[in-house]
Amino acid sequence: MELNELLPGTAGASLKGTPMNIDKKIADDFVANGVSFVTTVPCKQLAGVIEEVDKRDDIFHIPSNKEDEGMGLCAGAWMGGKRPAIIMQNTAIGVTLNTLATLIQYYRMPLPMLISYRGELREPVACQVEMAVHTKALLAQLNIPTYHFHWQKDVEEFDNILKYTFMCNKPVAILTDANFWGGYGDQ
Amino acid sequence: MIRSEILKDIAPILRDQLVVCNIGIPSQELHAIDDQPSNFYMLGTMGLASSIGLGLALAQPKPVIVIDGDGSVLTNLGTLPTIGNNAPPNYILVIIDNGSYGSTGDQPTYAGQKTDLAGMARAAGCDRVVEVQDVDTGKALKEALAAGEATVLVVKCQSGNAKMPVITMDPVVIRDRFMKAVAG
Repeated sequence: MELNELLPGTAGASLKGTPMNIDKKIADDFVANGVSFVTTVPCKQLAGVIEEVDKRDDIFHIPSNKEDEGMGLCAGAWMGGKRPAIIMQNTAIGVTLNTLATLIQYYRMPLPMLISYRGELREPVACQVEMAVHTKALLAQLNIPTYHFHWQKDVEEFDNILKYTFMCNKPVAILTDANFWGGYGDQ
Repeated sequence: MIRSEILKDIAPILRDQLVVCNIGIPSQELHAIDDQPSNFYMLGTMGLASSIGLGLALAQPKPVIVIDGDGSVLTNLGTLPTIGNNAPPNYILVIIDNGSYGSTGDQPTYAGQKTDLAGMARAAGCDRVVEVQDVDTGKALKEALAAGEATVLVVKCQSGNAKMPVITMDPVVIRDRFMKAVAG
């Protein structure tokens, strides 16, 4: 394993051969795709990307108290002409099933969902596995296009996923596991 | 007054504004009283009218009036701090507080008992919170539109529903014509 795979937020290498910060890459792709309204409910794995989004002048960052509330904000922002996104934990799939079905999908709205995939490989907290085992099944049941980032180089697909989301006007899930974010210390 | 009488009363004010209307009977009543492309009717997802309206108000400059209910706000109480900390001046949340879950059979809510929604909104950081009786809704709504400040307007009224047809319009049609009204 290379050193840069152990460091959170530091990807293997960019096309130019220089180190790539995945938090910056995600925020850059949001901006490049016109995503200017981002709501977040925090997760330890997402702390770096939330901080990066918050720093960007091109993105209005509005923290939500609960993920279904955040999806309501995103729905309104999209109808107001902004491209939205939500950043949340996979436990929120359990919170937002009704909102996804009866608001985002029913009214046919685009919503990129950058999701920390807790309870996967290198997870230190056993309880997180209990929702992890249901996460992909629930997303599949809802016919939500789902991508799983396990290696840091997988972030290169993020730009295409954003384009795909706003092409088809659907909620799209990007599951990002602990390995993608660099793990938890010695886990 | 019951909710439908209030909606009839304020329909001439709502007609020229972007309106996000709460799920269930409130949307059915507004749709029957004065359907407009500038009305976004919620057909599902109880509780999110205030959040949808907030996102809309933050995304564009036109005034946004949310017609919500006490039961729905109680379902999504986290909305009040988000409003209190972020609402722009073009945001007006009207909470028709009839102390009951009207769409499900008028079961009592806690807002009709000891819970004070206006007090909760103030405690959540909302600066302009106005509580009025049903007959004063139109006057308070006009003042909110002129205030140049985000407003939470709690309207105390009687429990009860008018018999109105279910909305059969396709959700994508509701959304599409609403977005055209937003952009127009």
